[in-house]
Amino acid sequence: MIESVTPVLAQTETQAGEPVVFWLLAIVSVAAALGMVFLRKAVHSALMLATVMLSLAVLYAVQDAPFLAFVQVIVYTGAVLMLFLFVLMLVGVASTDSLVETIRGQRLWAAIAGLGFAVLVVAGLGNAALSESIGLTAANAESGGNIQGLARLLFTKYVFAFEVTSALLITAALGAMVLAHRERHSPKATQKELSKRRFRPGGHPTPLPGPGTYARHNAVDMPALLPDGSVSELSINPVIAQRSGTARMHMDLHGQTEEQAVERDVAAVRAVTEAARDADAETREAKAGTPAAGGAAGPSEGEAGK
Amino acid sequence: MSPGHYLVLSALLFTIGGVGVLVRRNAIVVFMCVELMLNATNLAFVSFARMHGNLDGQLIAFFVMVVAAAEVVVGLAIIMTIFRTRRSSSVDDANLLKY
Repeated sequence: MIESVTPVLAQTETQAGEPVVFWLLAIVSVAAALGMVFLRKAVHSALMLATVMLSLAVLYAVQDAPFLAFVQVIVYTGAVLMLFLFVLMLVGVASTDSLVETIRGQRLWAAIAGLGFAVLVVAGLGNAALSESIGLTAANAESGGNIQGLARLLFTKYVFAFEVTSALLITAALGAMVLAHRERHSPKATQKELSKRRFRPGGHPTPLPGPGTYARHNAVDMPALLPDGSVSELSINPVIAQRSGTARMHMDLHGQTEEQAVERDVAAVRAVTEAARDADAETREAKAGTPAAGGAAGPSEGEAGK
Repeated sequence: MSPGHYLVLSALLFTIGGVGVLVRRNAIVVFMCVELMLNATNLAFVSFARMHGNLDGQLIAFFVMVVAAAEVVVGLAIIMTIFRTRRSSSVDDANLLKY
């Protein structure tokens, strides 16, 4: 039963959908290839190339090469094309080709040469005695599958090429490292030089004073006071000062005496503490233990502690 | 489907890639066109493997992929180096074999 079914399934020549797939992907891939050549932006070219590569992957799968189809998607579309896009991003996505011809008639002659080459190759193919496809059913069955068959060839007939490939890969990795490496032309700056560079020009080398360091407030929009009682403008972020009207608020504070301001602050803190304690007690009585209530009480207690 | 269809498609893609190499100025796009040519030859290899009924063609296509991956790494590193020194990835600007 199985033996009678399997050859029919594996005979790809009899696949009914193959012409549809072929013509669809042939049109798509040729159109994408033309787009790759004629689109001006390099990123668009890269995407067109991705289209061509994916179409070719499907064509490999149709042609009894499932392993190559997957390698095409993973290595080409996945790795190589991403590398292309990576370099494009480094070089600048906005880079477009100039349309000025540096060699006169270059495009015309390139088109003529391409057309001539295409005619030559296609005519050669037309004249060649191409037999019908034998199909890979027998070759795959010999080793028990496509991947097994490729592996057997790789490690027997082509084992030397395989070994040379390892040398090639190491060379490529080393070459990429050497090319991407940037030599340091000046010695690395020492800590002494860095500190000189910082303090020589004068100005304000130390950190700026922190905001709200004056004892009654601890907010980023309250400026610190200098020892003589004046406001340190450096201590607040100018953006925050602009937004919250810090200067006005501070004028109000100074409208009262220090003692009055302190009393008002202490009263406010007490009120907050009482409220927090009540809320805390309620939560404990309820034994609800919800984390939200605990979180709300936490900061108030912290403030009271101060 | 006869292998002739696939081979003609492969020849067309190869030609388009070749025209792209001749026409384009951006070194990265030129490189992409070279990749397209390699892919086209891979398609021809796979078609021939199926036509002759042995796996050698597929294996050679696999080797082409490996070599292409290595070539892309080095080629893009060279393009990056040229871009660093010349601030341009146009093949017209890299006309001197020195810094």
